[in-house]
Amino acid sequence: MEIIKPLLQLLAALLLAPLLPGVINRVKAFFAGRRGQPLLQLYYDLAKLVRKTPVYSRTTTWVFRAGPAISLAALAAALLVLPFAGRPSALSFDGDFIYLIYLLGLARFCTVLAALDTGSAFEGMGASREMQFAVFAEPGFFLGLAALAAVTGERSLGGMFGVLTGDSWRVAAPVLALLTASFFIVLLAENSRVPADDPNTHLELTMIHEAMALDHSGPDLAYILYGASLKLWLFGSLIASMVLPSRGGGWARDSALFLLVLLGVAAAVGVTESVMARLRLTKVPYMLITAFAFSALALIFQMAR
Amino acid sequence: MNTFAELIIVFIILMDLALAVTGSLSACIKLVALQGVVAGILPLLAMHGSPHFRALAFAAVIITLKGAVFPWLMMRARDRSGARKDVEPLISYPASILLCLGAFIASSWMGSRLPLPDPGVAWIVPASLATIFTGFLLITTRTKAITQVLGYLVIENGIYIFGLALFVEQPMMVELAILLDVFVAVFVMGIAIFHISREFDHIDTAELSELSDWRRGEDGR
Repeated sequence: MEIIKPLLQLLAALLLAPLLPGVINRVKAFFAGRRGQPLLQLYYDLAKLVRKTPVYSRTTTWVFRAGPAISLAALAAALLVLPFAGRPSALSFDGDFIYLIYLLGLARFCTVLAALDTGSAFEGMGASREMQFAVFAEPGFFLGLAALAAVTGERSLGGMFGVLTGDSWRVAAPVLALLTASFFIVLLAENSRVPADDPNTHLELTMIHEAMALDHSGPDLAYILYGASLKLWLFGSLIASMVLPSRGGGWARDSALFLLVLLGVAAAVGVTESVMARLRLTKVPYMLITAFAFSALALIFQMAR
Repeated sequence: MNTFAELIIVFIILMDLALAVTGSLSACIKLVALQGVVAGILPLLAMHGSPHFRALAFAAVIITLKGAVFPWLMMRARDRSGARKDVEPLISYPASILLCLGAFIASSWMGSRLPLPDPGVAWIVPASLATIFTGFLLITTRTKAITQVLGYLVIENGIYIFGLALFVEQPMMVELAILLDVFVAVFVMGIAIFHISREFDHIDTAELSELSDWRRGEDGR
């Protein structure tokens, strides 16, 4: 049974991830006074896209076809080390948070290469912006995980979130609150949510992440959409593990509570998108520098304690 | 209770960051006022046992002065000078925030080196030094006379927190004296800003560094 649990957690992540964008869209629709699309819309979209025949431009090479598959594989591999409700993850070793960051970087790199391979000006623009924001988002995220490692004294993701309890919040509340804020900003930017990028926009000049997926079709587009939802799940579950310190009940109760908090994080993203306007493109790095500053402050607080 | 005091310290540091990056003059004035009020609450939390009447009265005086009188004076000076609504910084947002972070790193290093008695609340010495530095940053990198007064107030906040780190309630007389000085200074500066803007149509201090007779090229001389 103890071997099956991590696999069940992985399966839950893989199956439930497309639910999160649905929750965000429903919350946004609620704020706008609409009914909104069905909660399971992304599942329908994925099922439809997988059955379609992809269309490839003659200017593209194998890089374009490999891009979505590799980036989806990298994100799925990242889920292996991801903690779930403070329980041991399927795979865990010292320093696996660096492995996680590299996998995220690999996924981004492949998406960007595929976008550049089309030779389209819009996709090149989107790729350039994606990389520019990643330069600012990654230090904040990395420093945040390092600060968390300093707080908990553990070097693996599963260990870090495993020893995080209500007592850690009592002792190091400022540090953990700063880290939560920093991770939330990184989540918004990395998943192309509103203050950084508008997932619903259809104007190529302002698109960032969506612009890179313009030429993909059929199963390739399905891989990209599914990969995006996995990424949202990844960042969301890091935040959920941080704010949910209680380890009261058994595995089932903890997991259910964790999923509820994760849906709460998605709802919080939806609320943020509803109440905020999108930032001007040149202001997005400022937001990410703020996340970096929060992570750095958290690390300094922990060191100077 | 110490956790709560620590949260307030963190809040003060976050306000330092916000002060270093905020673009609107009225937001800047409100932030300085809020920082003063929060710093005024701090001694009541750090104290052991029930607070004395003296301490309560002192906190009340500080909170009224920093939270109501100073902002009112500053807002009045801002409105009368007809200044633009933004602070016009000389350096960019990332530079300000990185300078502030660097200041905090340096002050936590310095705080660990200074031979001070243990204040009982973590980060209080670094926070006070960082606040003083933020005040200097406001004075040196903003062009308006009114933001320099604000920087002066932030420095006063920093000194106040530093005083708290050393003694919880001894330096009341010292602090009252400082407060009186600051009060007079803000009063005088408010009048001075008003006169500067009436005389020169602006309160940009960069224009004050040379005499108007020396300026070349304006009317062909």
